[in-house]
Amino acid sequence: MLKKLAASMVAAFALTTGAFAAGGAGHVEDVDFSFDGPFGSFDQNQLQRGLQIYTEICASCHGLQYVPIRTLSDDGGPGLPEDQVRAYAEFYEVFDAEIDDFRAARPSDNFPGSALENAPDLSLMAKARAGFHGPYGLGINQLFKGIGGAEYIVALLNGYTGEEKEEAGAVLYENTAFPGGWIAMAPPLYGDDVEFNDGHATDLHHLSEDVAAFLMWTAEPKMMARKQAGFVGVIFLTILSVMLYLTNKRLWAPVKARYKKK
Amino acid sequence: MAGIPHDHYEPKAAWEKGLAKRLPIVGLLYDTLMIPTPKNLNWMWIWGIVLTFCLALQIITGIVLVMHYTPHVDLAFASVEHIMRNVNGGAMLRYLHMNGASLFFVAVYAHIFRGLYYGSYKAPREITWIIGMLIYLLMMGTAFMGYVLPWGQMSFWGATVITGLFGAIPFIGDALQTWLLGGPAVDNATLNRFFSLHYLLPFVIAGLVIVHIWAFHTTGNNNPTGVEVRRTSKEEAEKDTLPFWPYFVIKDLFALAVILVVFFAIVGFMPNYLGHPDNYIEANPLATPAHIVPEWYFLPFYAILRAFDGDVWVVIIASTLTGGIIDAKFFGVLAMFGAIVVMALVPWLDTSSVRSGRYRPMFKWWFWLFVVNFFVLMWVGAMPAEGIYPYIALIGSTYWFAYFLVILPLLGVIEKPDAQPATIEEDFAAKASKGEAGSASPSAQPAE
Repeated sequence: MLKKLAASMVAAFALTTGAFAAGGAGHVEDVDFSFDGPFGSFDQNQLQRGLQIYTEICASCHGLQYVPIRTLSDDGGPGLPEDQVRAYAEFYEVFDAEIDDFRAARPSDNFPGSALENAPDLSLMAKARAGFHGPYGLGINQLFKGIGGAEYIVALLNGYTGEEKEEAGAVLYENTAFPGGWIAMAPPLYGDDVEFNDGHATDLHHLSEDVAAFLMWTAEPKMMARKQAGFVGVIFLTILSVMLYLTNKRLWAPVKARYKKK
Repeated sequence: MAGIPHDHYEPKAAWEKGLAKRLPIVGLLYDTLMIPTPKNLNWMWIWGIVLTFCLALQIITGIVLVMHYTPHVDLAFASVEHIMRNVNGGAMLRYLHMNGASLFFVAVYAHIFRGLYYGSYKAPREITWIIGMLIYLLMMGTAFMGYVLPWGQMSFWGATVITGLFGAIPFIGDALQTWLLGGPAVDNATLNRFFSLHYLLPFVIAGLVIVHIWAFHTTGNNNPTGVEVRRTSKEEAEKDTLPFWPYFVIKDLFALAVILVVFFAIVGFMPNYLGHPDNYIEANPLATPAHIVPEWYFLPFYAILRAFDGDVWVVIIASTLTGGIIDAKFFGVLAMFGAIVVMALVPWLDTSSVRSGRYRPMFKWWFWLFVVNFFVLMWVGAMPAEGIYPYIALIGSTYWFAYFLVILPLLGVIEKPDAQPATIEEDFAAKASKGEAGSASPSAQPAE
């Protein structure tokens, strides 16, 4: 009975997630991110490039209202030196209720929210979207490829076909990744939109991967600590399981020995 | 505790005698821990410990989370992000609590299926079963309200859909829904009362767990044979049983540790796998998500809720007979709650005199079909209500009710049960002599 139940439990786990957004979802390609899988970690240089893209392009409309600026210097994040973070914070103006006025941001402040009203906040975007679904609502793709929020962002930034249409006075842009196929955001990246100090590639695909990785970090800043805790937990509990198994075996041995056939 | 004869606690030192005279707490703990337990319990009897662990885990992580959470519609979502980013170990605490709910339901479903297969609900354990069902209902209520607290899109819209069910009740529905929500729609008042109840109910559950344990410690555990422990003398009882400590505590802890390996892997490496991405978007009453789907553990019942639309003939008949008072929506609500009611009534619906499914050749098939059906309903509950899915949901829902209301009552009459062992000792000896007794290793599963 146990084996059957265990098998059905595994199946249940697999089948019950990722079944939502079934209709109208666009096409998303898997991207080999450095942070994929249990052993994956953020690439600090990539996060810094993503931060630069965010700052120079995305931030003109979007915000990161839940992300404290100081966390840019965190381990397992972009890891900027603290003086750079302080200088970076001053790019932004935040409203301070105490002085009832705007002032330059400090590292202890959060990033500002979206400047444009209908531009969604990007803090959690990489967790609020799923790139992979199915098959047949079974959630198996998400089990093996991950939920795919970062991949969705890459697909969206690369998904513009160049077609436009006007609807109710607003221009919509055709996009192969966006559910429904038409998005209000004009193509934000074309390639060569920013210049990196280290001369890293600036074609559209590289830029979108960099900014997607950065947004994965803003959505899940404690990912590295979490995976480490996962390893500690799994290894500790595995050792504990073995010890308890041996204890249990020893404990029951004399009870069973009484009934063993001679 | 009454029931199986066994040694009781004897206070020896003077202070022990003095304490026992005034507060017999040591004796209570001793008798609880040393309770005679059937030797032949298999690996499906470990879920109680897992469930106890889950309750403790949820209460402890929950209490710490509350220290940082703000129950207000404008601040709740941000306070959860504050926990995830600024609170030391906050992300881990929250992921443990989030996935702890899933582990809780995995364990409770395994526990319930075990009870259904081995007839643990049958006399004299009906009260244990009923209390268990109450605990399960409270768990669902607690989980549902807890899911609303982060105030994401799925929190808000899930709450709107589920509380809307109460609005389907004829005559008093609208008033009842308004009373439950504290206003015309899900809003700050709703969030606050859900928060209050989400904190309260786990302690009610803890109380009921004690009663649940008290009840089955009075009747004694069921076991895979369903044959009762011999109670005529202590010597005979000891042939069938072993004390809970240390034999079953160590066995259960081993199983718990193995399960926690999987749990920690999920928490550490894929904590959002079982959740919905939409819940990382703050609640917005003006934007409805494309698909409103409850958490996985509610899906079978969500499927039953949606299965009965206006085209189903039973719904049409019910609607015509009641002059439209029972419409499709209310019928769905009745079906969903009815699905749990019939399960709670199973001690009186199952007419078979044989307790364990192991000795019921026909029952086995229907039982496993019931388990498969449960997972099919779970799957179809997550799919959009269009195309072939509503038909699958309808067939699955029908089987759910047929299992309890038709199959179990009939099987008891027409089925010819297999021979049962005379004693628990016999069953245990048969397994042990094959070198694979019920408790040695996970491979020692009785071949069901």
